[in-house]
Amino acid sequence: MAYGEKVLDHYENPRNVGKLDADDESVGTGMVGAPACGDVMRLQIKVNADGVIEDAKFKTYGCGSAIASSSLLTEWVKGKNLDEAEQIRNTEIAEELALPPVKIHCSVLAEDAIKAAVKDLRDKRGR
Amino acid sequence: MEKPIYFDYLATTPVDPRVVDKMVHCLSIEGNFGNPASRSHLYGWKAEEAVENGRRQVADLIKADPREIVWTSGATESDNLAIKGVAHFYAKKGKHIVTSKIEHKAVLDTCRQLEREGFEVTYLDPGSNGLITPEAVRAVLRDDSILVSIMHANNEIGTVNDIAGIGEVTRAAGVLFHVDAAQSAGKVEIDMENMKVDLLSLSGHKMYGPKGIGVLYVRRKPRVRLEAQMHGGGHERGMRSGTLPTHQIVGMGEAAEVAREGMELEAVRLKALRRRFWDGIKDIEEVHINGDDVHRLPGALNVSIAFVEGESLIMSLKDLAVSSGSACTSASLEPSYVLRALGLSDELAHSSLRFSFGRFTTDDDVDAAVAQLRTAVEKLRDLSPLWDMFKDGVDLESIEWAAH
Repeated sequence: MAYGEKVLDHYENPRNVGKLDADDESVGTGMVGAPACGDVMRLQIKVNADGVIEDAKFKTYGCGSAIASSSLLTEWVKGKNLDEAEQIRNTEIAEELALPPVKIHCSVLAEDAIKAAVKDLRDKRGR
Repeated sequence: MEKPIYFDYLATTPVDPRVVDKMVHCLSIEGNFGNPASRSHLYGWKAEEAVENGRRQVADLIKADPREIVWTSGATESDNLAIKGVAHFYAKKGKHIVTSKIEHKAVLDTCRQLEREGFEVTYLDPGSNGLITPEAVRAVLRDDSILVSIMHANNEIGTVNDIAGIGEVTRAAGVLFHVDAAQSAGKVEIDMENMKVDLLSLSGHKMYGPKGIGVLYVRRKPRVRLEAQMHGGGHERGMRSGTLPTHQIVGMGEAAEVAREGMELEAVRLKALRRRFWDGIKDIEEVHINGDDVHRLPGALNVSIAFVEGESLIMSLKDLAVSSGSACTSASLEPSYVLRALGLSDELAHSSLRFSFGRFTTDDDVDAAVAQLRTAVEKLRDLSPLWDMFKDGVDLESIEWAAH
């Protein structure tokens, strides 16, 4: 399968790879997917006192498109507040990366990951 | 762009230059272009001579009689002809067929078709080493069994079955035995004088011959009958009609002869390459060989590298041409049915890579593959949340993953 330029770029030079302290009250963690399905994404966001995402990190087990989708997502969420971050749609990711139809599920997983991270943060704050 | 180094000899092989030399003389007006079925002039006689020479060369490779060789378009057609041909001819005798879960799709899909026609098929599970034993076959034979179809060497994991042993079981039970030997012919010994195999499928392009040509060996003593699947001019003693492609046949014949002459030395060389490769990667944490390590084609290795996904691994190995059992490299989004039949977890099936070495692979090629693989695994594990968890001592089995 031939990959698009943007997928290759994110794959070769993934942005914001890493791990934040999941126990930190200002960090939300979303882990989605399953090893058996061939992709697992862990996305973490850190918000400041104003509720703005100031840092994001990811690690992904999966194909090149899954890695690229999560890498792109970390770039996009920075500077957004939680409501805005939740609004990111998989179709935007798929379009930006020019994912072929068979890889759309990778962008869906990325959307699930940011939603899960935001929910984790809200749950922490609701406590 | 420089081409990646080829490590996919189980998928196909380049045509050997010695084979090309023979083939090109069978095409143009100056060459041997006649129809081998033309009986009335020199062009036909010359073409027939070339076809019969090729037939003898292939027969010699498997120690058969040339009259037992039927030309087809490839191993897929040979499998179809053998299995449907026997099933339809012997249907009155019984309707039970035995095969295994890790056969090539050409066998499995043909069996599925026969099931739709009212035949009953038993699909044997391989051992976790990928092998089908004679005992496993014996255990499922019934009074109404007419055919057993078990591959010689598996195309994904490279394991080699004991077809001599299985042949003893089937012959004693009076059941016909078909073997798909597309992956093994020319690489390991096949001896139709001593192995009790009744039908054997071969492929030209897996042994440095051209694509589009194959053979079905059909035993004469004891005689095996087939119902033809292709009707027409009654070529190949009525078993497979269609004008014989002289250039393809000459190519496959020459390929068989080259393979037979060099087989022993080449097996030693390929085994050494495989060993060199494995020695270079075996200290990577959590890397496993899939399939039996002893009963294996000399030049084939299938490994799973845990916590790294196969397709992204292949993406990183852009200077190497290899294949993966990962779902993402197939159209179906299911990981390899062969690896799953071995009892591998889906995750390890997704993380598998198949390296196959061949006639043109060098030590330097193998060293380059080792270096690139090590770099890629390190990079992808740095990216892998599963690797993090493994390193933190988290049992991945204990987590409830949301399947999607």
